Amino acid sequence: MIDPVLGSRLQFALTTIVHIIFPVMSMGLAPFLVYFTWKDIRTGEPIYEQLRRFWTRIFAVSFVVGTVTGIVLEFEFGTNFAAFSTTAGELFGGPLALEGMMAFMLEATFLGIFVFGRERVGNALYMVSAVAVGLGTWLSAVWILIANSWMQTPRGYELTTANGHTIVELVDPVAAYANPRFPWMFVHMQNAAVESVALFMAGLGAYFVFRHHVWEYPVENVAFWETTLKFGLIALLVTAPLQVLHGDLYARHIVETQPQKFAAMEAVWETDSYVPEYIVAFPTSLDQLLDPRAKEIFGIGIPGGASWLASGGDPQATIKGLEEFEGKQPPVAIVFWSFRMMVGLGFWFVLLAVWGGYRWWSGELLEDDLLHKALMLSTPLGIIAVELGWIVTEVGRQPWVIQDVLRTTDGVSPGLTAGEATATLVGFAVVYLGLLALYTYVVVRIVRAGPPDGDDLATRDTPEQPASEVSVDD
Amino acid sequence: MTDPAALATGPLFGLPLADLWFGLVFFILAMFLFLDGFDFGVGALFATREDDDERERLLAAIGPFWDGNEVWLVVFGGALFAAFPSVYANLFSRHYLLMFAILGALIVRGLAPEMYEQRHDDGWQRWWGRAFIVGSLTAPFFLGMFIANWVTGATSIVSLPALVVGLAVVALTVVDGVAFLRLKTRGDLRDDLRTDGHRALGAYLVLVVAALGSVYAVEPALRSALLSVPVLALVLATLAFAGAYAAATRADRYYVAFGAAAGLVFALVAIVAGLLYPSIDRAAGLTVETAIVSTLQLNLMSIGAAVLLPLVFVYFAVLYTAFSGPIEAGESY
Repeated sequence: MIDPVLGSRLQFALTTIVHIIFPVMSMGLAPFLVYFTWKDIRTGEPIYEQLRRFWTRIFAVSFVVGTVTGIVLEFEFGTNFAAFSTTAGELFGGPLALEGMMAFMLEATFLGIFVFGRERVGNALYMVSAVAVGLGTWLSAVWILIANSWMQTPRGYELTTANGHTIVELVDPVAAYANPRFPWMFVHMQNAAVESVALFMAGLGAYFVFRHHVWEYPVENVAFWETTLKFGLIALLVTAPLQVLHGDLYARHIVETQPQKFAAMEAVWETDSYVPEYIVAFPTSLDQLLDPRAKEIFGIGIPGGASWLASGGDPQATIKGLEEFEGKQPPVAIVFWSFRMMVGLGFWFVLLAVWGGYRWWSGELLEDDLLHKALMLSTPLGIIAVELGWIVTEVGRQPWVIQDVLRTTDGVSPGLTAGEATATLVGFAVVYLGLLALYTYVVVRIVRAGPPDGDDLATRDTPEQPASEVSVDD
Repeated sequence: MTDPAALATGPLFGLPLADLWFGLVFFILAMFLFLDGFDFGVGALFATREDDDERERLLAAIGPFWDGNEVWLVVFGGALFAAFPSVYANLFSRHYLLMFAILGALIVRGLAPEMYEQRHDDGWQRWWGRAFIVGSLTAPFFLGMFIANWVTGATSIVSLPALVVGLAVVALTVVDGVAFLRLKTRGDLRDDLRTDGHRALGAYLVLVVAALGSVYAVEPALRSALLSVPVLALVLATLAFAGAYAAATRADRYYVAFGAAAGLVFALVAIVAGLLYPSIDRAAGLTVETAIVSTLQLNLMSIGAAVLLPLVFVYFAVLYTAFSGPIEAGESY
């Protein structure tokens, strides 16, 4: 039997880590689908119909799995973190309710039309549906990130007592909901979602291009995959450098607002200046395995690098060490390593983008098999980087669930028993692993089946075809 | 919005916002039970169909709708969390295993049709067809148990009222599902469903009476509320809606039957709300007045809901208009 506090934390970690994959796919695909739908309607070229229909299938599966796993999260605040919900509900519940009403309703209703309704509605309403679904996925992120960012940089509240509990009361909605962290999170997350899907597209495209052009194993619809690869590369060229630049600024914001998180990201124990940026760091003693920068370490670092990062250009800058946050330190190793891997992946994606862009420019995009292999290997890495980034964000704010207000351990439901916590944790471990396997299986099947082609494609380029019955506009 | 200070001092326009939000939370719950209810009912009726083509038509009928319908549950959770956070926290943590049973059933129900359509071999479809049926039956059953425990303030999961209300909600979703499917199908299938509708309606009426009787027997504190005028009026309304449903089903007046099914659902949820009020969580000793959030947040949420919910109805109107009438040949999930 697991301790209810640990069980609840593990369960929340598991359910969010699995859930976030699907919103990343749907938010990242949204701008592509809006564009493909627009081009399909405007040009009637078969390639855009293929792109729209193929990626809509992936989107629909991601959306369904995202819905069922997302509802779990919304209920888990109540089931497992009742003390947190009672304390913070006044500030935290509002954004969740608005997310449901403003965003989730929009996407889920128009999704019906977008996925099932091409033959039932006219072009105008179909285009509106594509935009509404895309907008809905992004608005969802707005409200969820408002709620999350408030926990990182809480503002606009007062502590009061109600029904015998200490609770946060909203006093300044603008300060609370437009809190300092929100814009950083939103830009970083949305760009990451598009970047992840760009990598996913480029990776799939590269696989079929490789099979066809390098392996010379004929692939049906190879033109579709070549276009997919190119769209992925274009999006990667835009998002990958942006993510690195933005991430650098974001890190500086963390230095200012959550110094203990930054200290954990860099594993700085003692407040110091001219702190090096360690690329890798290993403790020399096994006892200190979980302390990447414990007293005696072997490391490779850039002198003054961390100080330079924290201050925005001054290698002599002082960084507050973890020693200043006695008893309020996050688990260092997880944060330190996740941050390193995320940043490493971020730079790798920039390299991939530049490499791919250069090959395309020099007309060798379809021949460079090493590039194809690199892209194939990187297919899931965008999503992995998102996971790592969220681990830095969420583990890095521990032991707080609301920074400096409520500890995570004090947020767990008081009546929860070890038996209940164990039962649901085991249940989720089994069900969610099954869910992941199933999702992967279905996506692989969709990819294997490839885009619709030949007779299956609409004949919209012959306008004398009778329009569907409920046509709104053509 | 121009003067946040004014929003913090008193309720918007002097409205009884706490009571309105109590009503709104139950309205949202009723919308969920009505809309996703017919999806559950379709899942139950799926069990009675052997023919692949008929099964395909049942799935095609709910395909565009179920995801949007299920979002009403998300909004229910969100609205309860936003307006009555302590109720949200107490209720959901107290019924810990039951909540996860509901969520598990919803996961299975949501995935099954999507999976069913991925492959067209017998073994795969048999398996996912069963999963769809099981999810569609257990989700409303557990929801019914949750609602019963909420009303009676039970702290254990299983009680007599919980079991009876669970079964009643399952029967109600079948009533609802028949009404919906008769709008969406033609021919023999549509005619066959009439009998299913009558049977489910009979079962529902018996179970509702049994449910109220069991609450009366188990919870002495609720006896006077059960015999109060509003609750008795709602029981009579239930009988009236049942009569309308039966007559409209017999006469093939599909929209009237669908409306009567909605009436049955709203009457049931109104009975639940009527038995609770002015309390909102009896087991935790919380009333609508004590559990409501502070004035500023309440005013902001009220403005948000007043702006957004009418838009939600527009979205649903667009969706249901685009897919009105029986499913066409060639349409599938």
